[in-house]
Amino acid sequence: MAENNTHLKPSKPPIWNDPKYRSLFFQALLMFGLGLFIYTIVQNTLTNMEARGISTGFAFMSEKSGFDILQSLIPFNSDSTYGRTFIVGILNTLLVSALGIFFATILGFLIGVARLSNNWLLSKIATVYIETFRNIPLLIQIFFWYIVVLRAMPSARNSHSLFDSFFLNVRGLYLPAPVTESGFIYTVITFIIALIAVFILKNWAKKRQEATGQPFPVLLTSLGLLILAPLLVFLVTGSPLTWDVPVLKGFNFKGGISVIPELFALLLALTIYTAAFIAEIVRSGIKAVSHGQTEAALSLGLTPSQTLRFVVIPQAMRVIIPPMTSQYLNLLKNSSLATAIGYPDLVSVFMGTTLNQTGQAVEIIMMTMTVYLTFSLLISAFMNWYNAKMALTER
Amino acid sequence: MYITDKILPELPAPSSSKGVLHWLKTNLFSSPVNILITFLGLFLIYKIVPPAIQWAFIDATWVADTREECLGEGKGACWAYISNRFGQVMYGFYPPEEYWRPNLAGILLILLTSLLFIKQMPKKVWIGAFILLVFPFIAYFLIHGGSFGLSEVGTDKWGGLMLTLIISLVGIAAALPLGIILALGRRSTMPVVKSICVIFIEFWRGVPLITVLFMASVMLPLFLPEGSDFDKLARAMIGIILFQAAYVAEVVRGGLQAIPKGQYEASVAMGLSYWKSMNLIILPQALKLVIPGLVNTFIALFKDTTLVLIIGLFDLLAIIENVLGSDSSWLGFFTEGLVFAAFVFWIFCFSMSRYSMALERKLDTGHKH
Repeated sequence: MAENNTHLKPSKPPIWNDPKYRSLFFQALLMFGLGLFIYTIVQNTLTNMEARGISTGFAFMSEKSGFDILQSLIPFNSDSTYGRTFIVGILNTLLVSALGIFFATILGFLIGVARLSNNWLLSKIATVYIETFRNIPLLIQIFFWYIVVLRAMPSARNSHSLFDSFFLNVRGLYLPAPVTESGFIYTVITFIIALIAVFILKNWAKKRQEATGQPFPVLLTSLGLLILAPLLVFLVTGSPLTWDVPVLKGFNFKGGISVIPELFALLLALTIYTAAFIAEIVRSGIKAVSHGQTEAALSLGLTPSQTLRFVVIPQAMRVIIPPMTSQYLNLLKNSSLATAIGYPDLVSVFMGTTLNQTGQAVEIIMMTMTVYLTFSLLISAFMNWYNAKMALTER
Repeated sequence: MYITDKILPELPAPSSSKGVLHWLKTNLFSSPVNILITFLGLFLIYKIVPPAIQWAFIDATWVADTREECLGEGKGACWAYISNRFGQVMYGFYPPEEYWRPNLAGILLILLTSLLFIKQMPKKVWIGAFILLVFPFIAYFLIHGGSFGLSEVGTDKWGGLMLTLIISLVGIAAALPLGIILALGRRSTMPVVKSICVIFIEFWRGVPLITVLFMASVMLPLFLPEGSDFDKLARAMIGIILFQAAYVAEVVRGGLQAIPKGQYEASVAMGLSYWKSMNLIILPQALKLVIPGLVNTFIALFKDTTLVLIIGLFDLLAIIENVLGSDSSWLGFFTEGLVFAAFVFWIFCFSMSRYSMALERKLDTGHKH
């Protein structure tokens, strides 16, 4: 028997036809080729840089920059180092991206829902919005808002104003800034306590519902807690918050928050462009929930609002979230178009001005790409985690 | 048993189940909120549409020789600004007496591609291969010249809509095969191949196109052996192709994943080699599935070509922004230029997206798993 078995074993193919060795050989060849390619590039780069007299390394990071930046979230002046321009650039990129994501999500949801509205006019307006803005290159839209709209704004003396506290003129947008006084800390503390209370309440309500079947109006109670309690404390402590309203002094406004036109134009363009894509995602997400689900929920006796909250939205979110994150990532990457109108983001400040002044192309481009890559990978990692959490648990 | 012996009289139609009034009632005025929304919408349209039409058509100046003819009280858009420089908008700094060359290349491409749309056309694969492999060289010789008795026109003279189309068409044609190989590599069982492809794809997808273009224009010359310098357009093209290939790869991977495992197993059981099973069984099915996705990638690439203005190439937008915008005899018509560029891009992108949607419906043969 044993002899027979060995006899039945398939004959071994010759080594050049054995899939195992073939794949090993092929991979070794690929590794070698890639290694050679990288080696050549590095060698070429080093020779070229030597020939052009460019020094390598990151010593330039601690040198004095000698230029000013239009907008900076941390103190910066021309005495600051090149390293600091890197930080300023990252912060400015994050600022415009965060604001853009916030506004684009809201606008996108509104337009997406409007497109599904049974009001014919509203849904057509939403369709026209989507088809117009997502088919025009973002760069054209940025130029449009920056040059055509904001440059045409009146001078500071003739600003467009709203309630005499918001002003829009050729120098940018001016908003009132909140100023906190000494007692404001109590309102903040109350808000935090209310937040913890809501968290406990949610757990308690869930346990009670599982035990008794009695639902508890968590949403209403939490909203009440979160809004009323801090408001009460705020009023009791004597409204310790005032608004620093911008005032026209001479040729410009003083006080308040000023938004430079570059930021405002970029934000407008990013928001409007991305919202068109988000609207389509929201629409397809809501449509992806089959009508049978809604009907089943209604026939179980859920009210329409409960159907929406417990049946439609959770299922739609599962479809909406993955493409939504990739839109957020796109927005972050698209914010690099800032360089076309001179908003001081990472690409404009670091890869533009700093690169021109120092000539350290390889280091600077690598650093810039690394920053974007890091954000992308972080968001992707979060996405994968979220997807795994939200995925259907099939039995 | 009860059987009626006469036909029941017809019921009258419900009072309003058809007609304009009924439609208005259900679609625009079904509830107080809807009425409010309708009026707000009408107000919005009233605020935007008539002034825009007034500006763009009624008050517009279509023909003018100088800037002054466009200025004045109650004058709208100055389209004469575009039409006077139409050659530049279309071809950049290409010598006007040679315009027939890019035109010929364009017509040739349209003719060849339209052959593919004829249903009964035999040997479509060969036509496709001709377009992808041979036509680019014909087009290059036509547009660039320098041989066959054509005068040479360097790439620094290329511009306008022509350059936009060249960049996006070459970009997608070259990125497609590279992307397919990357997608296959990403699904390979060989760990080295797989990880190289994953790193390549994720790298390009994680960085903005601007940084890629900067890299192509600043770093690429450093990578090459000393003295081998090639032109700006070629460098930008390399960057765009690599960038685009990563996106194509992800779209194709989606198609590969959608093919049921049985197809892979069947092709192996038939004794087909890896490349044969991919070429004959898997890719034809997978690529058919992802055509709409590829069209969408192409639309994105087409819009992204505007970014080349940042590294100093003169595509349609750059011509309008930098060249026409800095012409002192026609100052102050930037809006018209932008609106024109937006319109051109919109036409292209919108028709492509409609085409992709139609394809999706046509190709949806119901093989959903």
